[in-house]
Amino acid sequence: MKFLNRKTNIDFMGKRKIAFVVSIVLIVGSLVTLFTRDLNFGLDFTGGTLIEVSYPEAPVISEVRSKLADAGMTEAVVQTFGAASEIIVRIPPREVEGESSAEISTVVLGALQQGVDGEVAMRRVEFVGPQVGDELTEQGILAVVYALIGIFLYVMIRFQWRFSVGAVTALVHDIIVTLGVLALLQVEFDLTVVAALLAVIGYSLNDTIVLFDRIRENFPRLRKASPLEVVNTSVNETLSRTLMTSMTTLLVLIALFIFGGEIINSFAFTLIIGVLVGTYSSIYVASTTLLELGVSKFDLLAVEKEGAVVDQNP
Amino acid sequence: MNQYPAWKYLLILMVLLMGVVYALPNLFGEDPALQITSARGFAIPLDIDANIEDALVSENVGFKNKERAGNRMLYRFDSADDQLRAADAIKAALGEQYVVALNLAHATPTWLRSLGGKPMTMGLDLQGGVHFLMQVDMDTARSQQLDRYVDDMRSALRDERIRYVSVRREGNGLLALLRSEEDRAATLSLMRKDQSLQGLITNEMETEEYFGISATVQEQQLLELQQTALKQNITTLRNRVNEIGVAEPVIQQQGADRVVVQLPGVQDTVQAKKIIGATATLEYRAVDEANDAFTAAQSGRVPPESRLYNDTTGQPILLKKRLIVSGDQLIGASSGFDQQTGQPQVSVTLDGVGAKRMLDFTRDNVGNRMAVVYIEQKPGGRKIEEVISVAVVREPFGKRFQTTGLDSMAEASQTALLLRAGALAAPMEIVEERTVGPSLGADNVEQGFKSVMIGFILVLIFMAIYYRVFGLVADMALFANLVLLISLLSMLGATLTMPGIAGIVLTVGMAVDANVLIFERIREELRNGNTPQASIRAGYDKAFSTIADANITTLIAAFVLFLFGTGPIKGFAVTLSLGIVTSMFTAIMGTRAVINLIYGGQKRVRKLAI
Repeated sequence: MKFLNRKTNIDFMGKRKIAFVVSIVLIVGSLVTLFTRDLNFGLDFTGGTLIEVSYPEAPVISEVRSKLADAGMTEAVVQTFGAASEIIVRIPPREVEGESSAEISTVVLGALQQGVDGEVAMRRVEFVGPQVGDELTEQGILAVVYALIGIFLYVMIRFQWRFSVGAVTALVHDIIVTLGVLALLQVEFDLTVVAALLAVIGYSLNDTIVLFDRIRENFPRLRKASPLEVVNTSVNETLSRTLMTSMTTLLVLIALFIFGGEIINSFAFTLIIGVLVGTYSSIYVASTTLLELGVSKFDLLAVEKEGAVVDQNP
Repeated sequence: MNQYPAWKYLLILMVLLMGVVYALPNLFGEDPALQITSARGFAIPLDIDANIEDALVSENVGFKNKERAGNRMLYRFDSADDQLRAADAIKAALGEQYVVALNLAHATPTWLRSLGGKPMTMGLDLQGGVHFLMQVDMDTARSQQLDRYVDDMRSALRDERIRYVSVRREGNGLLALLRSEEDRAATLSLMRKDQSLQGLITNEMETEEYFGISATVQEQQLLELQQTALKQNITTLRNRVNEIGVAEPVIQQQGADRVVVQLPGVQDTVQAKKIIGATATLEYRAVDEANDAFTAAQSGRVPPESRLYNDTTGQPILLKKRLIVSGDQLIGASSGFDQQTGQPQVSVTLDGVGAKRMLDFTRDNVGNRMAVVYIEQKPGGRKIEEVISVAVVREPFGKRFQTTGLDSMAEASQTALLLRAGALAAPMEIVEERTVGPSLGADNVEQGFKSVMIGFILVLIFMAIYYRVFGLVADMALFANLVLLISLLSMLGATLTMPGIAGIVLTVGMAVDANVLIFERIREELRNGNTPQASIRAGYDKAFSTIADANITTLIAAFVLFLFGTGPIKGFAVTLSLGIVTSMFTAIMGTRAVINLIYGGQKRVRKLAI
């Protein structure tokens, strides 16, 4: 079976002006969304307490709220989670003199059990102190920045600085747009999403590198072609691989999204968005940047051909 | 011709065989088991088996097998019901000197275990349990340290018969006021000599009437204090956890001032929190025999050198403010019977510094009483102080001594437990808590397993349809990759968490990429009119550097994730990195070997099924 039975020759780069507008709109739109709606930060970052319980029968949410208010938890937010008999109680960080985190969850569990026949089973309690949340934000940002620096350097060594700029621009684009979508849909932003974002970086980069590799290979091969033609040919030549890999990865991610349970939901969703955006950005952000920076066959003359690597080939 | 030398086939076979062997333990599941350890951390006597088995026979409970490892015994049972009945029987037979903990032991067969095979441990999110991140309150620890310096200074001055006006805390340091220049010189030389007064930076100063010394604690000393306080707290937490009887707890330092506590499988989280979170310390204080406690309680006039407490029966008692020994100087405590009188007693062992102070005190105070005060620090500055025992000093003692005068054996063992588990060198606060109930854990395992299987099977089908024979070969490689990854994770003793499962799933998706790259290249070569054999060779050769570059950059991202992540994120990073490495092996070498076996030997391949 083949998606693309013959050699494709789509003029990807001819539409780069349109794509440029699309990218700008995506980035500006994402930034605006990020600033106006804010990310729906999860407990990991805001601090506070989260308690998930399952009732023998579906409870009336308003009653649950008033029970909690009676127990002094006036700021508690109550939601159903998955099934109707399962609820989540969120309590923002409290500064109550003489009250410890351990006591909050005990009080809440006690209040929820009141007047219920059968056991209200604790499924999950999470408490994050405010100091931990601040550290995580800092670590998350640092992680992304260091990953980008590491990638920039590696690509510069293996390719050339123009390629580094192209790759990193594409990655920044991916991060911003993915974050924008998360903010727009108010997907809960927790620690697993940070992991997902870094995996998106890994994935999108994978895509970009495959394309760059082909561009590097094609420059000496297509001596008479202009840089634009070289890039176009390369995109076409790698197109079926790009589609195939995106497809298999998406298959797996969709399985994870549907069957993986609530906890892994945000993670899977972020990656799905990231894979889509990352596939687009390899072609239109990374390669376009490369062209705009004036890449030419002379840039790659100093780079050793792959002969050395081939020898170690299995 | 595409053929591998024999050694390459052998290498691949060996690696796969290893993979299968070390991935195998994960298939065997777990047995309900009991873990028996000594409450005091001693080795378990060799003849204990007989005791245990007698108890089991009398209760008519059979066990599957037993195992002795270091200072613990493990008994496996056929059912959870047997396990619970056995636990009661063994507890009753062995008494309080042993901790009997419910446990799930891996049911890996002996021959596999002798090869070092062990299954992956499941994270708290999969098997349920409690995770705490606790932060040491260093400000309080420092303040306590200063108090101790003040006490030591006073007693040193008394011992040397240097008269002083006052010794007290002043901000972040201490201040001693003396009457004469000579006294001050003597004090300074004392401070240089005395073992308990090291680590201070001293400055001379004058007030209108007195000659003063102001002292601050050296930064180095404070760092050491922080380190020892943390170590001490970890030991204390470990003792407490042992008292609860958790099978495989994790108690580790994280960063400069934090401790991670993980208690897998613990169900009663409220109780666990109470025991872990209690920031209790102990103090030995002299009873003020010169003044009457009742009068002081009624009149409210408490002598300046004493404080009023209530003893265990609620009666008032006056204790000297001067501390003899505090809980962090206590090494061990156990309950037993006095050999002569048959009375219940608690035996206590102190460390060197504590022993010396105790000896100094008891030498001068034979016939007087001494009290143990239990102090529990509640958040928000509340403090519970209880006198848990009062006893008469019969003779001078130091390192080891017995406390008698306890009402019952139960009281003796309770006191011993508090003494043993009691002391935290510095108060701690829970800054993060994650508790997963057993039902959620089970759901997570089921959902995680299901999503991996579905994703995996979808990819297998897709590849087989799209690349036909080559797709099937890639499927084999994908399966081998999963086995290798699981075996590596098992060998490394990695903990499997939900994000870890996500990492495996993602690896599956990305492992296919290497094969896609290779196969697309082969198709391209075929389209360009090359022969099948040459196309296979060129496809593998040309795709290699692309695959290497793409994977190394992903490894960079995974490495950063590992450096900055904590807990579950680290798990994800490890799985992803290992997955990249194993996929390079299976997707390139593995598939090439199979393709070579299929097509390599044929002189004329007309067509490739790709």
